[in-house]
Amino acid sequence: MFKKILIANRGEIAVRIIRACRELGIASVAVYSDVDRTAMHVLKADEAYPIGPALAAESYLNVPKILHAAKLSGAEAIHPGYGFLSENAKFAQACADARLKFIGPSPAAMEILGSKTRARQHLEKEGVPVVPGSSRGLKSRKEAEKVAAKIGYPVMLKAAAGGGGKGMRLVHEPRELESALEAAQSEALRAFGDGEVYLEKAILNPRHIEMQVLADEHGNTVYLGERECSMQRRHQKVLEEAPSPLVDHDLRRQMGEVAVRVAQSGRYSNAGTIEFLVDQDRKFYFLEMNARLQVEHPVTELVTGLDLVHLQIRIAAQEKLPFRQDDVQIRGHAIECRIYAEDPENNYFPSPGKITLLVAPSGPGVRHDSGIYEDWTVPSDYDPLLAKLIGYGTNRGQAVARLERALDEYFVGGIKTNLSLFRRILADADFRAGKVDTGYLERLLGSPPAGPEPQQARVAAIAAGLFAMLDSPAAVSGNGNSAAAGDSPSGWKRAARFEAVNRTDFGPIARRGNPRSTNSE
Amino acid sequence: MLYEVTIDDQTYRLELRRSEGGWQCRLDGQDVHVDGVLARRDVLSLLVGGKAYEVRRERTPAGLYLSLGRGRYWAEIRDPRSLRGRKRRGGEAPGLKKLVAPMPGKVVRVLLGENAEVELGQGVLVVEAMKMQNEVRSPKKGVVQKILADVGTAVNAGDVLAIIE
Repeated sequence: MFKKILIANRGEIAVRIIRACRELGIASVAVYSDVDRTAMHVLKADEAYPIGPALAAESYLNVPKILHAAKLSGAEAIHPGYGFLSENAKFAQACADARLKFIGPSPAAMEILGSKTRARQHLEKEGVPVVPGSSRGLKSRKEAEKVAAKIGYPVMLKAAAGGGGKGMRLVHEPRELESALEAAQSEALRAFGDGEVYLEKAILNPRHIEMQVLADEHGNTVYLGERECSMQRRHQKVLEEAPSPLVDHDLRRQMGEVAVRVAQSGRYSNAGTIEFLVDQDRKFYFLEMNARLQVEHPVTELVTGLDLVHLQIRIAAQEKLPFRQDDVQIRGHAIECRIYAEDPENNYFPSPGKITLLVAPSGPGVRHDSGIYEDWTVPSDYDPLLAKLIGYGTNRGQAVARLERALDEYFVGGIKTNLSLFRRILADADFRAGKVDTGYLERLLGSPPAGPEPQQARVAAIAAGLFAMLDSPAAVSGNGNSAAAGDSPSGWKRAARFEAVNRTDFGPIARRGNPRSTNSE
Repeated sequence: MLYEVTIDDQTYRLELRRSEGGWQCRLDGQDVHVDGVLARRDVLSLLVGGKAYEVRRERTPAGLYLSLGRGRYWAEIRDPRSLRGRKRRGGEAPGLKKLVAPMPGKVVRVLLGENAEVELGQGVLVVEAMKMQNEVRSPKKGVVQKILADVGTAVNAGDVLAIIE
């Protein structure tokens, strides 16, 4: 086993990996950019080394600096987390060249399975179901017409170099194809410097379901069940759950066996995820493979009882998988909310800044993987993911109830977060019925949110006054003494007290307008 | 102590007096006894007729916010006996609202001119930050009294961009 591991990442995932190291008795080494000197992962690690300016390209993506920090610290292995260098085959190779163990798949496996079009070509030969279409770039309009006619409309044009919805066009009928092809090609060229476009059968309102696999370096590969990831906003996942409400035992086995075949065909090792699109007839198609640990790995950990980061480290240390496929049992249900620093009332605009107040949830069935703390300033230089809140229950209903309860306990002050989005999702009838697809969230956000309870505005008015009164330092004497000193009782006091014990609300008031982030007087 | 408190768009008259075991409140003429304790910085525990509320306070460049239950309210508190309060009561329109930049950035578009009518929630300017464009919207229906930033102006969080009447 390793004695020391460097974590080439930041935020909640770096903290997650540092915790696993501590649990395994391994020393952890953090790296940090100039704006992250006081970040949580630096505070929690055993050692920490600066790697450059805020700009990720000069720090968290700076291979020579990271390798230098590894040399200085004497680390034997590097865990890349997710994002940054985690799926960079050149980095994995550079680690190997520097005789550092990269905790992840080999550079060769990453090359084959990590690229969308290469994986597609490779897996078609292996007989893995992929969305029907052209696996190579389209050379002409004629070719596009031929392929589209063969697979049937509607079809989707996609940029070969693409991602994030750029260079994508949905084509419903043949006469739309020509202009859509031109638009997709020029958009792809502008976005990626590569105008290559390919064509797939369009799967309308698909579900996005992914399968976790784990492979050791001795040829053993297992699947750990699926995650439902259809809850997306602008192709970004916001909420994931395991198991998927759609997937039964048989479908799980079928998808799992295909996933294992995908991994084995590329001699894949360590943790990986195979993403599938599932259509309305529950047919599934390979979409892509993520050659790394996923953001949403905790839901799988909770329903399998396994620690994926521990297992990643053990696998990298040449250990054999300590269990077989038959030993993997799915128990209970887990749902994860990705807490982002963004403003739901303002088109999910990023909202970095100082966290003035943080009340984190706890209690039964609640897991909070966080990279933030009170008084820390969230930098504007990186992904706005602050933390993940995961609810676990013996069934889906209990997981939802615990998550709703935890969300009500959760408070992040000073910056905006998307916490209110999750309250909306969890209360929605379609979500509760498990009826979600990749178009669900856009539809939900198209309807206006429910306003808060009106009588609370009156309580807020009293609170505003009391905050002002209690702000003087003398007023804060702790543990209930602050309101002890009294003026002489007034005439209306007794009547009021009588009234207070005989009624518990303030009566309705009309609520006008919405709280806005931008107004001031 | 007498206050004028605005919660979102609604203004209340609030009288607070210490009394045995808490506070006597008169809110718009309605009397109620409350027990209020600062549990920690920016967290007020409020007991009103047996009901418990945990009220959290945020002081941001865009003003004061109070959160309780699932609601978050923009709040402003004034002493009506102060000079500013008296001026208000003396007939000056109480409805002036400043639009402030929610975060550092650059003004990339001005959507409305001075004297233009504006609806609640309508965008007045666009500020770009972190490569995203952010509409600064009007907190009320009214008229744009002043635009204080031009296209290209670099702004800090809290800078006043426009005044709505």
